[in-house]
Amino acid sequence: MHEMSLAESIVQILEDAAREQGYVRVRTVWLEIGQLACVEQESLRFCFDLVTRDGIAHQARLEIIEKAGQGRCLACLAEMAMAAPYGVCPVCGSQNLQVTGGDQMRVRELEVE
Amino acid sequence: MCTTCGCGGSKKRFAGRLSKKSRSGTGLQYRAYGSGIKASETGLPAHADGTLDFGAGAAGAHAPGISQARMVRIERDILAKNNDYAMENRDDFTCRAIFALNLVSSPGSGKTSLLVKTIAALKDAMPIAVIEGDQQTDNDSARIRAAGAPALQINTGKGCHLDAHMVAQAVQRLDMQPRSLLLIENVGNLVCPAGFDLGEAHKVVILSVTEGEDKPLKYPDMFRAAGLMLLNKCDLLPYLEFDVELAIGYARRINPELKVICISAVSGEGMAQWLEWIENGCRYAQTLQQSNAEPKALLG
Repeated sequence: MHEMSLAESIVQILEDAAREQGYVRVRTVWLEIGQLACVEQESLRFCFDLVTRDGIAHQARLEIIEKAGQGRCLACLAEMAMAAPYGVCPVCGSQNLQVTGGDQMRVRELEVE
Repeated sequence: MCTTCGCGGSKKRFAGRLSKKSRSGTGLQYRAYGSGIKASETGLPAHADGTLDFGAGAAGAHAPGISQARMVRIERDILAKNNDYAMENRDDFTCRAIFALNLVSSPGSGKTSLLVKTIAALKDAMPIAVIEGDQQTDNDSARIRAAGAPALQINTGKGCHLDAHMVAQAVQRLDMQPRSLLLIENVGNLVCPAGFDLGEAHKVVILSVTEGEDKPLKYPDMFRAAGLMLLNKCDLLPYLEFDVELAIGYARRINPELKVICISAVSGEGMAQWLEWIENGCRYAQTLQQSNAEPKALLG
């Protein structure tokens, strides 16, 4: 259940940003979660609802923008979409693939008041 | 368009500047970072001269009791704070030539037994310290101390992994000597510790032959994050139907660069190779310290 500590990290980011930006309530949080990030979205939603109780993000809406996994073959340098953090290069058949995108977990934007 | 009453046309000003972006349809405004608006104590935007500006909200107008929602772009990694602590740990380890390993596996893979044997073999060659992560009890750190190395137990309670801040606090208490080997035994869990950098030189994943060969495929994140895999309990292979080549093949499908050592804490098989790998790492940590210290010496 590391989604619980991820949710707590999100709340901390919201509280830090509240001090910098001067808002008192968060209505919506947009997260960018890569398809290859180590996170279970439903579990993150559940934990987010739990840890935001009684805080500045109480009843805030959580919007998750999913980013597709991307990779590169280190043998032939072909670029490809990746649904898992491993695979086979469709061009040369090598298994030596590097994830180049879609493993991020970021707080992108907030709607606040 | 004003979201309070629906009137249109007026251009929104933020701290005296025209807003650059607006979202069509929503009436919400993006506001550039550091645009000069500071919150007053009431939460209302105020200019530097102290003027409260009720036109500076997203709606561009004020109505009693109606809030002025606005958009804030923050672009921050969820793990940024952990990664900052990990970076500090890594700098600390580099400065003191400490070679730190983060040992990860499922519960019962034989991590602690392997550590006990490793400590027995290396304790006369180098200073060793151990951080033990478990949800409850200090049984493991007691076993490590009995083997002859200082050990600090971290109980994570309901937590499923160690994080870099916990490790920073443990390192402070351990009072480690320079050129030490630091072994961090993470909470037995093949999922969560994968995402949390502790500042270690390498993650070492331990898979025992009493588990399935396809564990690397089931838990790819951990095997992707690791630099070395120890295939443990190899003394039991004659009694099992475990296909070593298949397991290594699966692990390398996830991580083609992964080094693998077949090992047994009981029979001692593979121990020499593992100890040599550690000694090479310690030497590299010392080289890193020197190359890191030299430019500073030139500057100073």
